Amino acid sequence: MSTVAASARSNPFRELPVLRITPPGRWWIIPFGELWEYRGLLYFFMWRDIKVRYKQTAIGIAWVVLQPLLTMAVFTLFFGRLAKLPSQGLPYPIFYFAALVPWTYFSGALQNTTNIVVENQRVITKVYFPRLILPMSAVLSGLVDFAIGFVVLVGMTIGYRLHPGIAAVWLPVMLLLAITTALGVGLWLSALNALYRDVRYVIPFLIQFWMFASPVAYPSSLVPERWRWLYGLNPMAGVIDGFRWALTGHGEPPGLILLASASAVLVVFLGGLFFFQRMEGTVADRV
Amino acid sequence: MSTVVIHGEGLGKSYHRRAVQQNALLRDHVSRLLKSPLSVFRRTRDETFWALKDVSLDVREGEILGLIGRNGAGKTTLLKILSRITRPTTGWAEIHGRVGSLLEVGTGFHPELTGRENTFLSGAILGMSKSEIVRKFDEIVAFAELEKFIDTPVKYYSSGMYVRLAFAVAAHLEPEILLVDEVLAVGDMNFQKKCLGKMGDVARAGRTVVLVTHQLNQIRRLCHRVVWIDNGGIRLDGNTHEVVSSYESTMARGESNCHARARATNSRGRFLKWEIADPQGDDPHAVTTLGPVNVRFTVQVNEPVRNGHHGIALFNNDRQLVWGSANDGVMLAVGEHEFFYRFPSLPLRPASYTWLVSLYEEGNLIDSWYCVPDMVIATEPLGHRSDDWAGLLNFRVDLFISSLTESGK
Repeated sequence: MSTVAASARSNPFRELPVLRITPPGRWWIIPFGELWEYRGLLYFFMWRDIKVRYKQTAIGIAWVVLQPLLTMAVFTLFFGRLAKLPSQGLPYPIFYFAALVPWTYFSGALQNTTNIVVENQRVITKVYFPRLILPMSAVLSGLVDFAIGFVVLVGMTIGYRLHPGIAAVWLPVMLLLAITTALGVGLWLSALNALYRDVRYVIPFLIQFWMFASPVAYPSSLVPERWRWLYGLNPMAGVIDGFRWALTGHGEPPGLILLASASAVLVVFLGGLFFFQRMEGTVADRV
Repeated sequence: MSTVVIHGEGLGKSYHRRAVQQNALLRDHVSRLLKSPLSVFRRTRDETFWALKDVSLDVREGEILGLIGRNGAGKTTLLKILSRITRPTTGWAEIHGRVGSLLEVGTGFHPELTGRENTFLSGAILGMSKSEIVRKFDEIVAFAELEKFIDTPVKYYSSGMYVRLAFAVAAHLEPEILLVDEVLAVGDMNFQKKCLGKMGDVARAGRTVVLVTHQLNQIRRLCHRVVWIDNGGIRLDGNTHEVVSSYESTMARGESNCHARARATNSRGRFLKWEIADPQGDDPHAVTTLGPVNVRFTVQVNEPVRNGHHGIALFNNDRQLVWGSANDGVMLAVGEHEFFYRFPSLPLRPASYTWLVSLYEEGNLIDSWYCVPDMVIATEPLGHRSDDWAGLLNFRVDLFISSLTESGK
């Protein structure tokens, strides 16, 4: 629901913005204009998240790289060397790290987004701003970590003498898809978390489950051809497959899976947007 | 007549008990669903309660409007609706101009961040743009008197420093309409004064302020108009003195019972009540005239008083003694008596004051009573228009200016 229709209706006396405050109603109107007006605040929320995150940890940035690197080592050892899962002809470390960088971003962003409304309840109950800013900032502030991981990843591909080629232009698309997925699902979960506090206990389980439902530890070619489209309904399947392919040039371009993923994301994202908007007007009474 | 900048009509806000319930768990809903799968379709009987009901009001440009009322009367709910934090259940409002709301001191402060970082963060959350904060930054820091500590994380601040910085940020907001809730009650007296001064400046600059506070003196000093909210509705809307004194005497009547119970009962006698003998208005505890005032104290004596001592004193709100007097050789028989005082005038600055009356027999206390309710001086303020210079007294003076030198020739 749009909180308030802020219009610059003409005032006979002066040119002042006129706000109309009404009971909740039109949840299908997304206040894009207002979001644009509050972009400065979006920046400050992101800035706060990043600043606080790095202030609190002793090893700071190193942690951002260490986490996926250690996971990569474990995966390489168990799924690669011991289970001997196929890796599309890629060295195991690259195969896993290329998936873990987008995956780590996604899972972190999802976790932050789920908690962001509850964590900011003091601000929410004391001052107005379009609440959509909060999940947006949570999703975007994770991009710093992603960028650091990505630099390491690029270094690795150079080290392994892999040339991505023209496919690399798809990388931003994959990233955008990952952002949209995290935001879409995060909108649902953050709104639900504000209503029911036990949602956050579900998150770690959900993320783990989701990782095994995505081609992080294995290539999606393990999934039988005729079930591929269904598998692709998991948006992260398209993202991770696509990311790996765009970066290394190995494997097949994820055509069908990507299409299914993109449509699934669109549905989840729009649904989340409306669900969140519907809750926005009363969220201050509920958190 | 100036422009109406806030127009509210029939504003109401209801809460369902289910929605009010904090920390609901999804688990509860799921288990309810498992027990009786059809309950989804059944309408649950929620208890609805109206925090605000059918409130209509207009606020004009440049006005400082005070909202008073008991805790839970709906003042804050009204403020939250006007500041868009929550949406009304019924009614609508129209607001002309940018709205800044100040419902808490230190909104958005993060303990890990420094004073400088928090100034930017809090400023942005309260609605300032980055360039605006940059422009006002030095002024904010100077107002908070925190130049030395601005790069220290606020978790190391004392609560006084924290509040000063938080308020300094808020005080530099410059929206056309400012909504303020109970935040002036923080900080030490000097800082409070500084803040009140700043609020006054805001209003003089033609901006509109809606203020919720329990400190009636602040309301008296600042507000042009007061709305008394009671049980979710408007009980009284009018000029400051009228509404505040009516509110005060009603509150006092409610409170006087518990005060009477709290006072140690003395078997030898006690003061029963006080009142103004011939009030000009309908409130027997409010002085509305600068002319003679007659005040009556009623005392009940259970043992005869032969060599009594009676004292009386008047305190202002800062517990400063304004006036005192005493009489020896008081003789009272058993029964009820009246002490009747005739004052030629009580030319005190408008505020609330407390009488203290006492009675002793041979140096032994019979009763001493801080009179309830307070006495409200609700006369027209005639002193300096700035509070800092208005002083303690209030009366009309005439000024004649004449030349003592032969000039102009």
